[in-house]
Amino acid sequence: MENYIVEMLNITKEFPGIIANDNITLNLKKGEVHALLGENGAGKSTLVSVLFGLYQAEKGEIKKNGKEVKINNPNDANDLGIGMVHQHFKLVEIFTVLENIILGVEPNTLGFLQKTDARKKVMELSGKYGLKINPDALIEEISIGMQQRAEILKMLYRENEILIFDEPTAVLTPQEIKELLKIMRDLAQEGKSVLFITHKLNEIIEVADRCTVLRKGKYIGTVDIKDTTKEELSRMMVGRDISFNIEKKLTEVKEVVLSVKNVTVPSKLHKNNAVKNISFDVRGGEIVCLAGIDGNGQTEFISALTGLEKVSSGTIILGGKDITKSSIRKRSVSGMSHIPEDRHKHGLILDYSLEENLVLQRYWQPEFQNKGFIRFHAVRNYAECLIKKYDVRSGQGPITMARSMSGGNQQKAIIAREIDKDHEVLVAVQPTRGLDVGAVEYIHKQLISRRDCGKGVLLVSLELDEVMNVSDRILVMYEGEIVGELDPKKTTVQELGLYMSGAKRNTVKEIDNAE
Amino acid sequence: MQSKKSSSRNKGITLKNITESKGFTAFTSVLLAIFLGLIFGFIVMAFAGPQNVFKGFSYILLGGFGRFGDVLYFATPILMTGLSVGLAFRMGLFNIGASGQYTMGMFFALYVGFMWDLPPEIHWIAAIIAGMVGGMLWGFIPGIFKAFLNVNEVITTIMFNYIGMYLVDMLIQGNLVLYLSSNARTNYLPRTVQLPSLGIMGSNVNVGIIMAVIIGIILFIVLEKTTFGYELKATGFNKHASNYAGMKGKTNIILTMVIAGGLAGLGGAFAILAPSAIAGSSMTYEPINIIAVNGFNGIAVALLGSANPIGIIFSATFISFIQRGGTLANLVGYKPEIIDVVIAVIIYFSAFAMIMNSGIGRFIKKYIIKKPHTNILLEDLEAVEEEIEVQNKEAE
Ligand SMILES: Nc1ncnc2c1ncn2[C@@H]1O[C@H](COP(=O)(O)OP(=O)(O)OP(=O)(O)O)[C@@H](O)[C@H]1O
Ligand SMILES: [Mg+2]
Repeated sequence: MENYIVEMLNITKEFPGIIANDNITLNLKKGEVHALLGENGAGKSTLVSVLFGLYQAEKGEIKKNGKEVKINNPNDANDLGIGMVHQHFKLVEIFTVLENIILGVEPNTLGFLQKTDARKKVMELSGKYGLKINPDALIEEISIGMQQRAEILKMLYRENEILIFDEPTAVLTPQEIKELLKIMRDLAQEGKSVLFITHKLNEIIEVADRCTVLRKGKYIGTVDIKDTTKEELSRMMVGRDISFNIEKKLTEVKEVVLSVKNVTVPSKLHKNNAVKNISFDVRGGEIVCLAGIDGNGQTEFISALTGLEKVSSGTIILGGKDITKSSIRKRSVSGMSHIPEDRHKHGLILDYSLEENLVLQRYWQPEFQNKGFIRFHAVRNYAECLIKKYDVRSGQGPITMARSMSGGNQQKAIIAREIDKDHEVLVAVQPTRGLDVGAVEYIHKQLISRRDCGKGVLLVSLELDEVMNVSDRILVMYEGEIVGELDPKKTTVQELGLYMSGAKRNTVKEIDNAE
Repeated sequence: MQSKKSSSRNKGITLKNITESKGFTAFTSVLLAIFLGLIFGFIVMAFAGPQNVFKGFSYILLGGFGRFGDVLYFATPILMTGLSVGLAFRMGLFNIGASGQYTMGMFFALYVGFMWDLPPEIHWIAAIIAGMVGGMLWGFIPGIFKAFLNVNEVITTIMFNYIGMYLVDMLIQGNLVLYLSSNARTNYLPRTVQLPSLGIMGSNVNVGIIMAVIIGIILFIVLEKTTFGYELKATGFNKHASNYAGMKGKTNIILTMVIAGGLAGLGGAFAILAPSAIAGSSMTYEPINIIAVNGFNGIAVALLGSANPIGIIFSATFISFIQRGGTLANLVGYKPEIIDVVIAVIIYFSAFAMIMNSGIGRFIKKYIIKKPHTNILLEDLEAVEEEIEVQNKEAE
């Protein structure tokens, strides 16, 4: 008999309208990295949430070291040495990184908080695993990447031996992913067991020992990574072959739809400007990609471009109109669609239903309201149409609460809404984050079809594959400046990497002259 | 499996569908909350006087049936303040200031009632509208502070409770038409400014309750069916996303506070303009430096009604019902103070149980309760509750 540290046997978990886990079995060995693969909504998060005590399964049992255990809440899980980094982080925004890490297990003497010891331990862990953090920054002020590192440190701080990562890499930069995968390997080497959810097959091939595949709530199989291939994994997952190459026709670029001139945006974190005097154009019929390592001003620039924040100087022209000072609604009406970086903060109202979310940008249009009264029929029809067209899966269709949808399907709902709305420019910030390979393929096709329709697309992506394959032109941002403009057909990933890390630049002047 | 399941979702109504529907869980949680409240109330009552506890408690539970006119009459003002707090709450604003708005409403209504010469058919209507305007003004100012200076509305509305109360007391005492200094209260209002009575014997119940219920229903429609309601709730759930969607956050904050203030102001007008069963008299206002307790009761009403206007209509009636029944408990020897405490325990335990079930409850449970050094929010809530209790007692 194999020696498993955790066995989840015949787990069944239902939600209204859907069986999220249908008789699933998953065994975790000590010291292995075990990947969990499946389409959006396949039930991966649900399964690990059962293990972490967030949900109770209707059927099935969980064993630890061969003994049956009951995990009724995350505290039970923690007592059994099970820790989890959630798909959507569970950090307290108004606390600092350090406070979040030690939350719930604060070291204290006679009730007085002993932060110095905790700080020392956290910084040691941070150094040991290369998880760079600023312990005193507030969560609401730091990048998603750092929030993630805080979550991982939280787990390590609790000395858990079974570590669950729910799509940790979806929000990381390629460098960070590399580091994280190495950390996972190190942890496994130390004898910890890692359960790792990802949609990226390369990562599974690189780091995992075994992989369990789910499809539509059902168990498909568990394979040894050394005996399998990317293609086979994706076939197990989707039930068909996926093409990893993107086909793009040549199109001709049209006139400029978005023009950014000398835009400067202040930083919220430090006194310097986050975006320094950047200028570029996006033309109809092209996909321009803003590449760069996370934290080099992309987020601030997009906030300013879309009206969430103000610019301190410069102009933004959309379809010939100066929108530098326009309201968000005005920008939207003038032809800007925006797939935001943070789907829970900006993209969705989680306590609204799917259909209510699908009209979030359009509820005020005559199609959906009459003298201030919402036309629910129109909303329902429209939602059903989008759900079908974009294959947004959920338990109860249009009336599903957004909160209860799987992460990937939440993202698909946002994409559906923003692409379907009239626009000249589509600002897409990491649009495929958290999507399964099939959905990624589909979204890439959608972006390209926007371009083929003559719309401009501004894509912000941290993922080099996406940058190289989808875009027509790459602008690299480094420390708030555009340090290079590259043609994806004529450049290599290595060269791109040099620009992104600031090691190389073709001066901004050249770009200006080129126009 | 998945597709089969979802396609069957439109077919028929199964028991499971009902029990899992949003309305049902909300309803059961209200019943549960009330049940908990009643248990605690009973325990307190048993401690205070064990001999007659069953008799006394049955008065509290059933006594209201004999005096249903009065139940509705006393429900009117707390229904309005409940709607005020509830509406603001849906927008994510905590309107503690219903008391001040309510008091301003009373004053404006009194002023128009005494100082303006209007045809009798419309005089009482003008007074009601004046009351609404007074409340609106008192909601507008904190709304401005919140929208443009980002000053926490809890702080401003609490301050405006005091400012409003002292201001009204001062204005009334300084006005010899309104004020009868020998009796330390306002004069009797002329009959023409009193609301038409519904003519139920021995009760002051009047058209106010009908208007209040209609307003509740209108608010429900506004919240559930209109784009304004859509924006308001969206902002309450997630202000970042509503901003991203281009909603005008500032305008909506001000508008919501103005409407909330207007609702509480109407409550004040309905209360002060109510007809008196005794011919030749009327309701009066006593400027005795006490913040109107009906404003605070509005918070409990709103919480118990899950901030849903229809729920609030029922919770206001329920709370009034318990209070009316409670007044009968002194027939079996319970002191009015004890009864007040029991009633307060029932109301606030129910309301508190509701909070624990709602979104705030989830938040509190998740982040605050477990962590010994971080229970700031909970303490805050408890402080508010305590203050309400104190105010409650003072007012009696
Ligand atoms: N709390 C919940 N209430 C109702 N339905 C839920 C809930 N959580 C998940 N579901 C449903 O269960 C199904 C599985 O969701 P789950 O989050 O496990 O998917 P996933 O495999 O993690 O997908 P993704 O890759 O998109 O994150 C989805 O259809 C989702 O709508
Ligand atoms: Mg998931």
